[in-house]
Amino acid sequence: MSNVETAPARHRVALFVTCLVDLYRPAVGFAAVKLLEDAGCTVEVPAAQTCCGQPAYNSGAKTITKDIARRVIETFRPYDYVVVPSGSCAGMIKAHYPELFADEPDWLAQARALAARTHELVSFLHDVLGVRRVDVRWQGTITYHDSCSGLRELGVREQPRALLRSVDGLNIAELPYAEVCCGFGGTFCVKYPEISDRMVADKIANVVETGAGLLLAGDLGCLLNMAGKLKRQGSAIEVRHVAELLAGALDTPAIGDPAKPTAR
Amino acid sequence: MSDAKSQILGRIRGSLKRDALPAATVAALDERLARHERNLLPQRVARDPAGLVALFVEMATAANTEVTRLAALADVPSAVATLLARENLPAELVASPALADLPWAERPLLTVRFDRAHGPDAVSVTPAFAAIAETGTLMLVSGADTPSTLNFLPDTHVVVLEAKDVVGPYEDALDRLRARGSTGELPRTINFVTGPSRTGDIEQTIQLGAHGPRRLHILLVEDNG
Amino acid sequence: MHATSHAFKKNAHEALHDAVLQRALLNLKAGFQDRRARTVAQLPEWEALRERAKAIKDHVLLHLDFYLERYAAQVETRGGMVHWARTGAEMRDIVLGICRSVGARTVTKGKTMIAEEIALNDFLEEQGITPVETDLGEYIIQLRHEPPSHIIAPAVHLTKEQVADSFRAKHTTLDPDRPLGEPRQLLDEARAELRQKFLDADVGITGANFLIAETGSSIIVTNEGNGDLTQLLPKVHIVLASLEKVVPTLEDAATILRLLARSATGQEFSAYTTISTGPKRPGDRDGPEQYHVVLLDNGRSNMVGTEFQDMLRCIRCGACMNHCPVYAAVGGHAYGWVYPGPMGAVLTPSLVGVEEGGHLPNASTFCGRCESVCPMKIPLPKMMRHWRERQFERHLTPNAARYGLALWSFLARRPVLYHAAARAAAWLLGRLGGARGRFRSLPLAGAWTATRDMPAPQGPTFHALWAARRRAPGR
Repeated sequence: MSNVETAPARHRVALFVTCLVDLYRPAVGFAAVKLLEDAGCTVEVPAAQTCCGQPAYNSGAKTITKDIARRVIETFRPYDYVVVPSGSCAGMIKAHYPELFADEPDWLAQARALAARTHELVSFLHDVLGVRRVDVRWQGTITYHDSCSGLRELGVREQPRALLRSVDGLNIAELPYAEVCCGFGGTFCVKYPEISDRMVADKIANVVETGAGLLLAGDLGCLLNMAGKLKRQGSAIEVRHVAELLAGALDTPAIGDPAKPTAR
Repeated sequence: MSDAKSQILGRIRGSLKRDALPAATVAALDERLARHERNLLPQRVARDPAGLVALFVEMATAANTEVTRLAALADVPSAVATLLARENLPAELVASPALADLPWAERPLLTVRFDRAHGPDAVSVTPAFAAIAETGTLMLVSGADTPSTLNFLPDTHVVVLEAKDVVGPYEDALDRLRARGSTGELPRTINFVTGPSRTGDIEQTIQLGAHGPRRLHILLVEDNG
Repeated sequence: MHATSHAFKKNAHEALHDAVLQRALLNLKAGFQDRRARTVAQLPEWEALRERAKAIKDHVLLHLDFYLERYAAQVETRGGMVHWARTGAEMRDIVLGICRSVGARTVTKGKTMIAEEIALNDFLEEQGITPVETDLGEYIIQLRHEPPSHIIAPAVHLTKEQVADSFRAKHTTLDPDRPLGEPRQLLDEARAELRQKFLDADVGITGANFLIAETGSSIIVTNEGNGDLTQLLPKVHIVLASLEKVVPTLEDAATILRLLARSATGQEFSAYTTISTGPKRPGDRDGPEQYHVVLLDNGRSNMVGTEFQDMLRCIRCGACMNHCPVYAAVGGHAYGWVYPGPMGAVLTPSLVGVEEGGHLPNASTFCGRCESVCPMKIPLPKMMRHWRERQFERHLTPNAARYGLALWSFLARRPVLYHAAARAAAWLLGRLGGARGRFRSLPLAGAWTATRDMPAPQGPTFHALWAARRRAPGR
């Protein structure tokens, strides 16, 4: 029973889709929209968005990065919040856009303003909207990998675990060395593939050790990397973005899995 | 060589985009040096003297040091004799000249030499200038009657520590040293010793007794008289 | 030390396939990582101390000329001598000059990375002077003619079997059938071998963890006692230190020392932390007659005032490499020079040039674990990125990457084109592998698909689906 004067204002949230979600797994974007709408937000997806610029930034192409960043700042100016289903893209905007424009006071102010309004998805739900539980039942054991940017740049650690614990029937098996990098690192995995492979093999060994049937994380780059290794090893462990489980949106085949015959 | 010095200092200034510091700044920096203020201290050292002694014993023991409590300095020769017998070591040792006034004559079977250490010396006995409860660390100070070789060459090192010389943080121990005289009288060596010598260099397995002493014993004297 | 950092990829490849090395590297986890975590958890003031230590060093670096001058004056007041070396070659010549002045034949050495940086040992040997490494790890690698693979545990890449083999090969006066299966036996043998060398040495060379401007003192932090025997027994004590080692007061050193052992080995304090000031005093029965400090620039003065200045806060604890997944995969030799791991990735290009050292700051995922354990709060990934920026500006980045970025950026600034390209890519990849959900191989993605499957896109892009949903609102 909601009283008009005390009902929360519907926050105007823009979804920053991210390149990988757009290309590889729209289900994550739709799960994010559902979670945000269920929590009382109005969600828009500005069509002018493309990339946050991180690949260029980490390659040392600062000028290119700034060009892209300026467009992001302009595109997302009208919204109360910008929510991103990725720690690394959110981190790029929150932690690095201000650094990028350190020498340009006008853009610096705008970058800071955008950074203040930008959030990784799960931490937004938990820390800003106060969401403490999701209305989902799922029987089984999951394990959770802490993506580096989300963990270290944005402090995302307890929030996904808190929401996962609210899922009826779900058991969390903590991943040993959850906080160690999976070896994706953007272009690193193709520049230094052998080292990257070694890191993901170590990560997968830890995942298998937990006995979990489902691996979750908040960043699609990590998930594609880990799923790719699991599938190459013939593992039956499923891999999904944490938003999919929290939204109860499990119709899409898990990452790297074929479409189930009955779903056609 | 002064060429190299002025070039290096010049390069530093160039990199910092300035000339030599102005006199006022230099004076402020000299003053900061002279004040040698402490930075923050860990909470664990906020205890009374008895608490600090207890903390010291706890931390030193955790660092593989054996601590024996004695009632008086006069008990030291006896305690040393007992310790050597227990460890099945020969009854001979080299001690700091600073300890020459202890009643060694009460233990005539102990052969004691008051000198620096040499290669063959197996056991040494030295005083501690102070001890730092924070980490169970001894502060040993070199001098005419406290040669530093006693701290490193022998296999077994026995340290005589008076309870009144146990302080909380390193800073208190440094202040005691400064109080001895002006800093113009700093010793050649200040050794902060925490436990016996050790290494992890082979497969990360910790082994005691690398090049320094394999065993460290502290005789903790409570006597206040 | 001769640099092979340019061959990082090849070095890494060999390291990844070196089963013995891989076994040795497993010790990093329980050894360094877990011990550090336990000890840090016991000090509630940890974060405050890091912040304070950073502030102390930042202050020093802004006034580095002042503090070096005060330091040098204090050393001389207390009977020591200070020498200034612009380059490694100058430092070598200074050390040689001191050794010759006392007719030195053997020189014992405590652990010092500066000596590695200037390749001192080979130089002394060429000049007819025998350097003897006394730190157990350094001693072992000296026997094997190998460089160190870690800045505080130089032999971390070796198994105990390898150490035993080296001892049998080099300690030829001992019974060949003696047991050497356990670290205890190896340690006892090394201790016995080095004993007389400590006593016989004419000159002792150590590094310095800190130089104290207030008192002209040098501080070494060790566990074995070898550094102390090195600087105590011979007639001459030489300290090798780079410029940035200076701190203002003994109290400032105490603050940073609270971070050092905990970060390096997880100890509360090292077994021996020694403050040395000048030569022996009149009346002292032991101690060196001469105390020399050689200060080395070799590129530090160029780092001050630049975006790499933060690297000069480093206290050489090794925590970064202990926690780095890249280091854990390939070990220290792969980095090809004196300083491995994350701190080496930042420092090496500064000291040997970005053409030689350029791979190192690129071989990182920027996971940030190094920065999170650095006691001095050094932003290591940020500085690695700065090296990538320098490479990009100087067109050292491979062409394929430059073209790829240019294309990406072209599209990223044109949303309509970008979304069309994404739709096309999703369609193409869908056609190539859709039903299976993944690819075992993919043109242009061989680096990935050699060892991993590549998941296939779900279907149409998100933007395409969202637009379709908006056009059919009843859904």
